[in-house]
Amino acid sequence: MTKIILSAVAGAAALTLGAHAASAQTLEAVKAKGYIQCGVSTGLAGFSNTDDAGEWTGLDVDFCRAMAAAIFDDPEAVRFSPLSAVERFTALQSGEIDVLSRNTTWTMSRDTALGLNFVGVTFYDGQGFMVPAELNVDSALQLSGASVCVQSGTTTELNLTDYFSANNMEYNPVVFEGLEEVNAAYNAGRCDVYTTDSSGLYAIRLTLDNPDDHVVLPELISKEPLGPAVRRGDDQWFGIAKWVYYGLVYAEELGISSENLEEMLASENPDVRRALGGDGTFGADMGLENDWLVKIVRHVGNYGEVFERNVGADSPLQIERGLNALYTDGGLQYGMPIR
Amino acid sequence: MTIATIDSSASQPARASLFYDPVIRGVVFQVLLALFIIYLVYSGVTNAANNLARAGIATGFGFLNNRAGFDIGQSLIPYTANSTYRQAFFVGLTNTIFVAAIGIFFATILGFIVGIARLSKNFLVRKVAEVYVETLRNIPLLLQLLFWYKAVLSALPAPRGSIEMFNSSVFLNNRGLIMPQYLAEAGASIFYASIAIGIAVAVVIARWAKKRQMATGQIFPTIRVALGLIIGVPLVVLFVLGVPFTAEYPELSGFNFRGGTTIRPEFMALLLGLSLYTAAFIAEIVRAGILAVSKGQTEAAFSLGLRPNTTMRLVIIPQALRVIIPPLTSQYLNLTKNSSLAIAVGYPDLVSVFSGTVANQTGQAVEVISITMIVYLTLSLLTSAFMNWFNSRVALVER
Amino acid sequence: MSDTHAETDVATTRLAFVRDDFLKSEAPPVREGGFGHWLKVNLFATPKDTILTILMALFLAWILPPLFNWAFFSAVWDGSNREACLGEGQGACWAFVDAKFGQFMYGRYPIDERWRVDLTAILLIVSLVPLAIPSVPYKKFNAIFLLVIFPIIAFILLTGQFGLPPVRTDLWGGLLVTLVVAIVGIVVSLPLGVLLALGRRSHLPFVKYASIVFIEFWRGVPLITILFMSSVMLPLFLPDGVTFDKLLRALVGVAFFASAYMAEVIRGGLQAIPKGQYEAADAMGLSYWQKMRLIILPQALTLVIPGIVNTFIGLFKDTSLVLIIGIFDLLGIVQLNFADPNWAAPQTAITGFAFAALVYFIFCFGMSKYSLYMERRLDTSHR
Repeated sequence: MTKIILSAVAGAAALTLGAHAASAQTLEAVKAKGYIQCGVSTGLAGFSNTDDAGEWTGLDVDFCRAMAAAIFDDPEAVRFSPLSAVERFTALQSGEIDVLSRNTTWTMSRDTALGLNFVGVTFYDGQGFMVPAELNVDSALQLSGASVCVQSGTTTELNLTDYFSANNMEYNPVVFEGLEEVNAAYNAGRCDVYTTDSSGLYAIRLTLDNPDDHVVLPELISKEPLGPAVRRGDDQWFGIAKWVYYGLVYAEELGISSENLEEMLASENPDVRRALGGDGTFGADMGLENDWLVKIVRHVGNYGEVFERNVGADSPLQIERGLNALYTDGGLQYGMPIR
Repeated sequence: MTIATIDSSASQPARASLFYDPVIRGVVFQVLLALFIIYLVYSGVTNAANNLARAGIATGFGFLNNRAGFDIGQSLIPYTANSTYRQAFFVGLTNTIFVAAIGIFFATILGFIVGIARLSKNFLVRKVAEVYVETLRNIPLLLQLLFWYKAVLSALPAPRGSIEMFNSSVFLNNRGLIMPQYLAEAGASIFYASIAIGIAVAVVIARWAKKRQMATGQIFPTIRVALGLIIGVPLVVLFVLGVPFTAEYPELSGFNFRGGTTIRPEFMALLLGLSLYTAAFIAEIVRAGILAVSKGQTEAAFSLGLRPNTTMRLVIIPQALRVIIPPLTSQYLNLTKNSSLAIAVGYPDLVSVFSGTVANQTGQAVEVISITMIVYLTLSLLTSAFMNWFNSRVALVER
Repeated sequence: MSDTHAETDVATTRLAFVRDDFLKSEAPPVREGGFGHWLKVNLFATPKDTILTILMALFLAWILPPLFNWAFFSAVWDGSNREACLGEGQGACWAFVDAKFGQFMYGRYPIDERWRVDLTAILLIVSLVPLAIPSVPYKKFNAIFLLVIFPIIAFILLTGQFGLPPVRTDLWGGLLVTLVVAIVGIVVSLPLGVLLALGRRSHLPFVKYASIVFIEFWRGVPLITILFMSSVMLPLFLPDGVTFDKLLRALVGVAFFASAYMAEVIRGGLQAIPKGQYEAADAMGLSYWQKMRLIILPQALTLVIPGIVNTFIGLFKDTSLVLIIGIFDLLGIVQLNFADPNWAAPQTAITGFAFAALVYFIFCFGMSKYSLYMERRLDTSHR
């Protein structure tokens, strides 16, 4: 009897302790299982969406693919977990996913109280409004009394409240849990206005019955820096995620793209040589191989390519670079130097 | 005395090994089970604590006092974006109770009608009731809710093309049912008081009438008098006071109707779905209850010369209620729990406001979902307590 | 008085009357059968009945012709996109269901691998149908196959083991997921429910209270909060690095939820078994498990078959809730397809719902009719 109890207690202790020992080493765990588990949205054109063949595409998806390329030299070594807005943080906190790349706004409380570390801003966005063209509205300030469709549990919901109360306008919130429900409600005429991040508005407009019947209003009422996040408590993994992002941007700054990669590998420019692993042990110091950025650019491209392919000129969304241009072009994207 | 001695002496040699002693086996088994459960709970709690602590996630219930910052579409109690999460919780709770209470009211009425119709001698009535019950019982409630919300209510016209009713004072469109609102003026309180007095007097008269009937056998027309007191008197008071209410009619302005009260389509869909679905179950309970009253009771009542209606009212229903009420209570509980499906149609009930929005805004899923579960558990335990109390009260006292 | 006596006396003294011809036969009574009589009894018995009948007939005349018209006569049966269903005054857009049928059944299960789902379904039907028909022999082997071997085969086939290309569960969907959730729930909840019911009636206090707490907890909260818990909260309670498949977590929640309800149904059956049966089993010297397995449970389970089937039906309907945590069961995938711009037409949503409702109805109604049939068949020993 005592033996049984003792062994049960020992087993319990072993399990709990064993669990602790495994905690910090995300990179080891990822390498062991052979893929990255990446949390994405349940479907937002341009950011994370499945195409007709069931393949995931989008800006958020490509960030995860870039990480997989850096670690495994294989952009397909990713598995995607589609997550609702409510599920996303717990999924990351609990270790169900390794990285959350799900058009998530970087806010202070999320950074401090939710156990997340935001990696960087892959897309500078702002919240906007979309209305049916037949309402003849050309400014958000004319929206008093409107019914507004919004997804629950998002920063969007909070900004909306602040904006209307700051401008002394009344509104009637129509709130849904899932993005599909909000889309359906707006499409069915349940509300006059749809509000979300402006990139989202452009994406959603494409899926409406008649996209041309809807206009996106010029006002942006908030700052929505969207970016991937990792679990707190593993600095190595945080570092890798951060540098995959900086690497994407830095590659664009240096003019390294998937097309000219072979030429660049022969380049004598010391910045390029350091970035592409010709000099130094930057990759190895991070826990990867020195040609990590070569792999990223080869498989995924640089930040500019990723942007244009998914949301920019080469995509149906046709979003301008704007704030997302490199700092040299008047934008905010700034890759930290690899040195 | 002797038996006891024989017994003990006989059983003594049988216990060859402690392993076969049922008492010891029982204890050992229970200790093992207890250890297993303690282990599960312990490891769950430590895992959660470790996971939360390691990731630096805020814990505790302090968040309840923070500013909520989001708006809620429908609220019975004062609530703004500046209210706290605690108030948001109460908004969700009252919304749940509100839709459940109204749903229970309609489901009961419809359920009794359909249940009695299923026993009708009229073929057509019986069949229609049967089809109603079989169809609604065998289709998931969630599907029915979505059907009402997405297929029926969102197919209504936009505000500008509203369906107008009652001389353009009531409008139906995809934003809801918009009705005039009656605002109280001075003197309205006298009207309210007259209703209260009417009810009080009716109760007193009903008691007196019952006592008198018990004592003398004379029947007093209680129902008519009570109706007169509760409806008639306040009506008279209303007109004497010159109708102390102003109607605020809804008007189309800007995007939407202004003024009046709006019943939102989310609420209508949830109410329709819950009432129609639960009514099908209540109908079956009512039917079973009536069938459970033995035929001899009906025959005895007929042989006493009671008419079918009177038989139903005085003999069958009181006895059937004994059978009906316990399962009926659990249907009420089911309806309340099913109202949590509100999240699918966007009605701000407890689960949708609290487990949905608040959980996500604060990130404290463990606390928020635990509170939600405790609320429903409490409701359900209260219901079963009521059921036990009722059962012991109405249980047949046989003489 | 005396006169009559005298008369009678006289009559009796006379010769007994012997009839030597047949009475002329009476005309047959007005026929009590036939359609007219049926109408009179069932529809027009009293004036009130007549009014009710007319009202009902009007109601049906108001509702049925448009319904049939919508569903059949003015419905669109074929077409490849929304254009087909945009016509004015058109009824159901069955072309939508036709085009999306594969998705509704399999979700995003890879098309090349769908034969595995079909094979699993055929195996299920082949093993379930003989088990359901009472006169087919080999019930024991059949049941063992269905409850032990079939789940293993189904698991191998559906997830892809032993060389079959693996198919991740996030690709599963449609009726496949509905059936997987329902069947796993049913298969797990029955034995677990039996154990819990026995636990609740146990004499061991700890076992008893542990069972009560478990049962009351799961019965007391709505399924949706359980699903929320399993999808949002459960991961936090697991050791770091241990993760469950999303579908599996939902399955665990649904199965526990159903077992609690099942336990209460079975407890009802246990309570209905006369005490004498327990005592007789004890007197025979049977152990606790022998007593339960051989004497009590067979009787108790037979008694509560309707309740068990009702729990199954409830479970089957409740599987639709998994769509709220982002698993695309039949209802979820139907709804998801409303968003397809290719099929955006006024009748799409209502047609999709009608199709889903029909599928659910067939399963649930079938189960309830089968339970009625079994109830009547087994209803020999009592009453």
